[in-house]
Amino acid sequence: MSSYHLDHLEYLETEAIHVLREVAAEFERPVVLFSGGKDSICILRLAEKAFRPSDIPMPFLNVETGHEFPELIEFRDRRAEEMGAKLIVRTVDEAIEKGLATATPGQTSRNKLQIPVLLGAIDEFQFDCCIGGARRDEEKARAKERFFSFRDSFGQWDPKNQRPEIWNLYNGRLNPGENMRVFPLSNWTETDVWEYIQKENLEVPNIYFSHARECFFRGDQWLPVPPVHDGNGTPDPYEGARPTEKEEHRTMICRVRTIADMISTGMIESPAESIDDIIAEVAAARVTERGTRADDKASEAAMEDRKKAGYF
Amino acid sequence: MPQHPIELLRFNTCGSVDDGKSTLIGRLLYDSKSIMEDQMEMLERSADITGGGQVNLANLTDGLRAEREQGITIDVAYRYFATPKRKFIVADTPGHVQYTRNMVTGASTANLSIVLIDARNGVIEQTRRHSYISALLGIPHIVFAVNKMDLVDWSEERFREIRDEIEDFLPKLDTFSDVKFLPLSALDGGNVVDPSEYTPWYEGPTLMGHLESVHIASDWNLNAFRFPVQWVNRPNNPTDKTLHDFRGFSGQIAGGIVKVGQEVLVLPSGRKSFVKEIQTFDGNLDEAFSPQSVTLVLEDDLDISRGDMIVGTDSLPGHSADISARVCWMEQRPLQAGQKYFLKHGTQTVQAKVISLDSRINIQTYEPEPHPAELAMNDIGEVRLRTAKPLVFDAYTTNRLTGSIVLVEPSTNATAAAGMLRGPEKVYQPEYDDFMI
Repeated sequence: MSSYHLDHLEYLETEAIHVLREVAAEFERPVVLFSGGKDSICILRLAEKAFRPSDIPMPFLNVETGHEFPELIEFRDRRAEEMGAKLIVRTVDEAIEKGLATATPGQTSRNKLQIPVLLGAIDEFQFDCCIGGARRDEEKARAKERFFSFRDSFGQWDPKNQRPEIWNLYNGRLNPGENMRVFPLSNWTETDVWEYIQKENLEVPNIYFSHARECFFRGDQWLPVPPVHDGNGTPDPYEGARPTEKEEHRTMICRVRTIADMISTGMIESPAESIDDIIAEVAAARVTERGTRADDKASEAAMEDRKKAGYF
Repeated sequence: MPQHPIELLRFNTCGSVDDGKSTLIGRLLYDSKSIMEDQMEMLERSADITGGGQVNLANLTDGLRAEREQGITIDVAYRYFATPKRKFIVADTPGHVQYTRNMVTGASTANLSIVLIDARNGVIEQTRRHSYISALLGIPHIVFAVNKMDLVDWSEERFREIRDEIEDFLPKLDTFSDVKFLPLSALDGGNVVDPSEYTPWYEGPTLMGHLESVHIASDWNLNAFRFPVQWVNRPNNPTDKTLHDFRGFSGQIAGGIVKVGQEVLVLPSGRKSFVKEIQTFDGNLDEAFSPQSVTLVLEDDLDISRGDMIVGTDSLPGHSADISARVCWMEQRPLQAGQKYFLKHGTQTVQAKVISLDSRINIQTYEPEPHPAELAMNDIGEVRLRTAKPLVFDAYTTNRLTGSIVLVEPSTNATAAAGMLRGPEKVYQPEYDDFMI
């Protein structure tokens, strides 16, 4: 092999850097969606590679359901501060108070409620482009996603009417009120993400590694038992998301493979203590990453429906 | 971690409706053990409900509701799999005639194109169209996969008939660096990953064997240095005082190799300078090559902005506001002479006017039909354009990145055309050189 040749991670990296620089050059008010999850951790490193020695020319945004793993929030805040970035957090609770979102009675998961919160933040800050860490290999509806994914003034995705994306010439033109979602990791797989984290020696939240946790079995998933609610007359935010007496629960040696919030994240039994262990585990895995996401299992087209409505 | 660097091969699959494209991709994923248990369960579930018990591997890529309802592939679907030898990105491009724009999309970034042919139907209009588009987009490697061989009793004679028919028209395309013909059955898996027991007469590799071994290291242009400036890197209020006067030019190398100390020309201004540093986040480099993303620092403080091109001085690009391109039209509203569009080329966007429509290509005969009134959706033709500002460009056949354009419809912002530039009539002329000597 000649020395003037990139291996697969180098190729994916240069492609993503190109995309990030296009965003910085073509949009007025872009924002990076940063959750503290493994994909957005890679996005941050790629942004450093794209823009240093300058500052990363865009703030970070995270939408909280209110059911987050505390480890993830701590990591997110610390990482944003270390990078000297402005971190904007908008929550489902605030949106409910302001009337932007309405909780569905009996529905504890707030996954869908993130949509109006995200659209509200886009409106509030007049963001014209949101950079996300979504990958095409995650889910079937995402397999048809573009690098530059156009959303109309209602934030909707129209999969049948996407702009053709040819070579590396991305069409970022918008009319007022319209919005672009940009996915620099479109061509990355779960394995690529972990190999990149290893190559770049990136820190990830410790819930990705094996630890002991109280879990209970619901549907076909092991879900984490939510933190104790101390009462004080306030309603339990995890009402309906706690194990019933009939449901099996036990302490598991486990980790997360993909992170939503505590209600939607299935834990997998795993002894993986290092990035090497995780890469070996992913290589041997016989179920997909999103097989551990309760939110995708609602129906075969669950992701497509949420994306059409403006989901990440 | 792999012991050696793993190469990435991008390929696209094209065929007409029911040629079994999605089944072939499903087969490659399935036989390379890239289909997971939950995906298999889901396939079995939908097979029980809608498929009369028959698992349909196409459901792996046809993820949209409308696709599964109609049993067709609507949009380019990207799939990923790996073997110990290579990583693969597959663009599954729909074959239906009205979706040709999707094939152009999928093919634009491919190293290799798989054209599927139903052994029973042989070469049809779609086969000629897909071969033409693969050639038009400069894909170096092409595979004609004669599928459903099980339905013609793995007949060597039938395979040869189809191959001969393709070899009759291939010389008219004449752009591929290698061409392969493969008899296979995506449904039963013969010659996809494992050799078929029914083709003792076939001595070539299996499809997977070919994908794993085809030589792609020289697919990138490493001849003439081209660097479209993407983003001017100027730190605001840096705390590090040494960065106060920092001015770098960030971008992705679109062709060739650049070395520290090398003389470069900035176009269109025509100013010359030398490369002082090649910066990356991981440290400075002595040299860099296409398609690496880097930040260049020059010896002289020149006025350079996004859209400018930094090039090597040995092989100069074209420089003109009058350009010719072969375009694939992708919009409902047809292309006509006199219309204006936004034109994207490299890192710049300029206005462009259609001066004339010189021809439309007949996809059956590959012959140009002169002076059509318009180009309709999915038509391919030769156009002449005038841009509001001269472009710095190469022929598409020389460089896929500096020789490509897209046209954007100004009222809707829709991507209306993909265009492949003809070679420049004259290259850039350094005007002041004589005076400087």
